[in-house]
Amino acid sequence: MDFLQLVISGLANGCVYGLIALGFVMIYKATEAVNFAQGDFMMFGAFICLGLTNTAHLGLNFWLAVPIAIATMGALGYAVDRTVIRQMFGQSQVAIVILTIALGFILRFAAGTIWSHEPVSLETPFAGQSITFGGVVLGVNEILIIVVTVILTVLLYFFFSRTRLGVAMQAASQNQLAAYYMGIPVKRIQSLVWALSGALAAIAGILFAAKGAIEPNVGLLGIKAFAAAAIGGFGSLPGALVGGLIIGVVEQVTSRYGITGLSQIAPYALLLLVLIVRPGGLFSQTQKKKV
Amino acid sequence: MSAPVLRIDNLESFYGPIQALRGISLEVREGQIVTVLGANGAGKTTLLKTVSGVMDPEKGTVKLEGTEIQGSEPDSVVDKGMVHVPEGREIFPLLTVAENIQIGAYTRKDGDISDDVEMVYSYFPILKERHGQAAGTLSGGQQQMLAIGRGLMAKPRIMLLDEPSLGLSPLLTEEIFEIIARLNKEQGVTMMLVEQNAAVALGVADYGYVMELGRIVMEDDAGVLADSKDVQEFYLGISAEESQRGQRRWKQRKTWR
Repeated sequence: MDFLQLVISGLANGCVYGLIALGFVMIYKATEAVNFAQGDFMMFGAFICLGLTNTAHLGLNFWLAVPIAIATMGALGYAVDRTVIRQMFGQSQVAIVILTIALGFILRFAAGTIWSHEPVSLETPFAGQSITFGGVVLGVNEILIIVVTVILTVLLYFFFSRTRLGVAMQAASQNQLAAYYMGIPVKRIQSLVWALSGALAAIAGILFAAKGAIEPNVGLLGIKAFAAAAIGGFGSLPGALVGGLIIGVVEQVTSRYGITGLSQIAPYALLLLVLIVRPGGLFSQTQKKKV
Repeated sequence: MSAPVLRIDNLESFYGPIQALRGISLEVREGQIVTVLGANGAGKTTLLKTVSGVMDPEKGTVKLEGTEIQGSEPDSVVDKGMVHVPEGREIFPLLTVAENIQIGAYTRKDGDISDDVEMVYSYFPILKERHGQAAGTLSGGQQQMLAIGRGLMAKPRIMLLDEPSLGLSPLLTEEIFEIIARLNKEQGVTMMLVEQNAAVALGVADYGYVMELGRIVMEDDAGVLADSKDVQEFYLGISAEESQRGQRRWKQRKTWR
């Protein structure tokens, strides 16, 4: 029972990592740039929701604050691509990496200034509630995280495989030039991908804040999500989610049964192991270009 | 005589400091197949890229049915009725064949898309057979068919074809060009065809241009070009006289030099 509970709690954490990793991978696939501010996007999304709903701030209804936070982060993602990243078009990868790291700093500082640097928790209607199920005590927040992630996965699957825009996003990421030739507005599509991963980051942030206190530096957990994306095979959406889940579970299990500190290094040790055994990641989509 | 669908005047294009197009003028009339021949590095692909908006010209105009389109984004060019089937196929490898074809109709809003899918399948039956397969798993010839079929889905007024014979066996090349000729006759698709393989290109084309180092050096009806000594010598590989140990060759000059 103990083990099962650990696994479920690990899965809940893993869902958050997986959602952040999804954002990493989507932007990487669409634009070939890595957004190192993805973790900070998550943090900022969480703080927007917190600022809207906590009684110390605006005190809005939680269910009203959530869509506003998601929409705001989506708009922020779009705006960042439209105003900053697009100007860097054609510059080296390193330039974009440094730019997104700087963006992360700005978001962290802005969050600290607006909402304080102290850890605060998000006031949710379901805080502290739990369900006992066959001897296993499950937090409502943990169940909610898993349920929301499953729903999002299904929605994203249908979006990418069935809708015109989703297929165009796939096309633009697989062969940017050919997408241009086919009349797909590649630049606008890229901005929309940034918007989508901004919105996903906000969802991940809200879910994360529902589990515990957040503070502006919490975005650094984006590094763990980065490891999750790499384990899954950077460039594979299901891989990112699975990578997140693996890291979440491994972390929980090692912190319970392992020696002190093992849980902190376990995700990265796992990353190294995967990179040695399967350098492409678990779900790599390698495609060699034929001449 | 019908009006030109595409008219290019004095087009100049650069890669950084290197001038790739040195003032190209040509026109393509309704229902014609016009071919542009030339060796590697003559600027053929650059010409198509500049016309379809992937590259911006430094000077000159490109008119599609009388409207100037030079320098506009490729998506608006496709919307205005010109589609570019790029060199080397450039399909979407992880999407299925059917999805690739659907993407071709991305800019269209009318409801006849499914009829056109059937039309594409009727010309390329192998694509129908393979419609659920990832496009990256197709053979080179099938990928080229897919690229052409995908281009047709945009219902273009004019189609730019960049080296459809690239990397294909002579037999497949012949098959593809047969289909190109049929599309032109039966569907009335106007085409501008860029090729290194002068023999097959002149076989289907109505009119031809010869490009060298960013300039047009010859133009005429396809039949006349095919008979001209220069084209025969340099592009069709037919020697006018038997050469003795190749001694004559170094003296041979192209008439336009």
